[in-house]
Amino acid sequence: MPTSVTWNDTEISIAGNRLHLRRGGSGWPVLVLHHDIGTLDRLPFYDMLAQNFDVLIPHHPGWGRSERPQWLRSVRDIAAIHSWLLAELGIGEVSLVGLGFGGWIAAEMASQAPTGKRRLVLVGAMGIKPPEGEIADQAIVSYLDYPKAGFHDEAAFTRVYGDVSTDQLEQWDICREMVFRTAWKPYMYSQTLPHLLGGVRTPALVVWGDDDRHVPKSAGDAYVKALRTAQLEVVASCGHYVDMEKPDELAKLVTAFVNTN
Amino acid sequence: MHLMYFTEQPMAAYDAKEGLKYGATALTFSNKHYDPVAASRLYNEYLEEYVLADEWGVDGIMLNEHHNAPFCMQAKCNVFASILAATTKQAKIVLLGNPLPLAENPIRLAEELAMIDMVSKGRLVSGFVRGGGQEQLATGVNPAYNRERFIEAHDLIQKTWTQPGPFRWEGTHYQHRVVNPWAVPLQKPYPRVWIPGVLSRETVIWTAQQRYPYIALNTAIDATKTIWDTYSKAAADVGYTAGPENFGYLIRVHVQDTEEKAMQNARQFMWMQGEFTGLAHPVWANPAGYFSPSGRRGFVEFAVGRAKNPRGQPTFEDQVADTMIIAGTPDQGIPRLKMLIEHTRPGIMGIWGNDGTVSKEDRRRCIELLVKEVMPAVREHGKTLGLKDPWEANAPVHLRYSTDIAVQKVAAE
Repeated sequence: MPTSVTWNDTEISIAGNRLHLRRGGSGWPVLVLHHDIGTLDRLPFYDMLAQNFDVLIPHHPGWGRSERPQWLRSVRDIAAIHSWLLAELGIGEVSLVGLGFGGWIAAEMASQAPTGKRRLVLVGAMGIKPPEGEIADQAIVSYLDYPKAGFHDEAAFTRVYGDVSTDQLEQWDICREMVFRTAWKPYMYSQTLPHLLGGVRTPALVVWGDDDRHVPKSAGDAYVKALRTAQLEVVASCGHYVDMEKPDELAKLVTAFVNTN
Repeated sequence: MHLMYFTEQPMAAYDAKEGLKYGATALTFSNKHYDPVAASRLYNEYLEEYVLADEWGVDGIMLNEHHNAPFCMQAKCNVFASILAATTKQAKIVLLGNPLPLAENPIRLAEELAMIDMVSKGRLVSGFVRGGGQEQLATGVNPAYNRERFIEAHDLIQKTWTQPGPFRWEGTHYQHRVVNPWAVPLQKPYPRVWIPGVLSRETVIWTAQQRYPYIALNTAIDATKTIWDTYSKAAADVGYTAGPENFGYLIRVHVQDTEEKAMQNARQFMWMQGEFTGLAHPVWANPAGYFSPSGRRGFVEFAVGRAKNPRGQPTFEDQVADTMIIAGTPDQGIPRLKMLIEHTRPGIMGIWGNDGTVSKEDRRRCIELLVKEVMPAVREHGKTLGLKDPWEANAPVHLRYSTDIAVQKVAAE
């Protein structure tokens, strides 16, 4: 059992808007970039990471408790804001852990600054057009059906979200609106990102649930191919939200990878 | 009063069982169920009916458009408007309207509408709409920027119609380095613009700020009065007093020679399962970011099945009782319409006459009775109530052309 972690919440002004940041633990800095459906404040995966690392979990601009920049239009804008945040905090050799949509942001950050990061971890990352299959379209399904489809086992959804409150549904609608504002067309990928990943010097770990119904694993293979130094790990009996469905496995993979010299 | 004939132009020739089996009759309901032979017949029948309505003397023909659904087979209202511009003689061609946010190039829309205005010899009323949520999804247009695109496309079209080109447009959603179309409207300063709607308070206020008439689409009487109040306050804020010429109302009315036949056919107003737009997932009608954040909480509960539709789902009988649907002989319908206009005081009225699988013969008889008997009686009653339409009231096309505002609060560009 992990020892209890003290988390601190702060708000930092970036590009004229308040960005919410939760930070806890100590060690190598690890920036966790959350999913398109936002994040809960506490998750076992975050606590596990904080046993070994200085974990930073910002809410993306417009998501959760971060203010919406009305001008924000793209995932590259989000990536630039998070890079600005790191500069503001004076954090150097950071590792990026991008979860789903956050994986796309992490990949953009890495492509914009090909050196200077410690490790890059992409988990079920959006951002590349899957060579086979398509990224699930949340616009045509309900607020419950979309996140549920991100779990292999619906019991895992219930364990994490319980009886979903109206507040949570409202949050998911806001998250969905932000996805539309930043990733509507092409939906959930960049046509240019694959061509820009080849410069990234940071060693990368690509993790995929074997039952990811949001992003086909072919996109993971494409990331491994596009990146200079990348390895793929597939987590068994797991959906898109590896961090929520198999937190121990993901935490172990990330911890080992970030700590490797 | 200005009285228009309207129909959704139902594509009734599909197997309704397939829709029920699939669970939806919109957006993703496969077009493999679409029968182009039947649709060809229906398009031509509907065109003939509009021409008849024109010959019989209707004031206006109201057209609209929708996508990916059998409830309305007009996928581009400018197509029918173009045909009717040449084949009708006197009726106004009232588009309610072109969904501006769906336009990737508003200049093209401005050109098309100018052509329709010239071909029709100045009979175009160019309404604009935001388009339903499903329309955004059917055309791949971002619902989160719907309102921004609506307003910017409007401003660009208005400038295209009123300012000689070439000029440059560097907007948020539209950038055009050479705006100079060689087609401009015949009507000056530009064709009248009317804005139809159902729900959105923001749209009502914006419409009042432009001094465009707002056409309430078959809203309940109380809801209609609330819309008028909102409009009137916004009008007063920019310096003018709203009157009947600022208000329009669309109502479903089916008349026949016998009450029995009228009631039987009027049930076709309910022909689509679910809402009149068909069976659909709630998130299709209201994709995230499409509508006002003030309605977000109520909507998300409805969308996951925890709450009833905030718009309600009244039965046919309820709607007849509440004067949302009027059916009967002309002698039965006229008093109810008179009562309705006494309560809502519109200067513009759309009569939605036919829906669903009503036969060609019955559709035509309904239109004939509407145009020859019902509309004249309503128009006469409107005169006694002082209900003037925008032409009778000589209303300005836009706020900036007002002559009754001492201090022009919204200056012309």
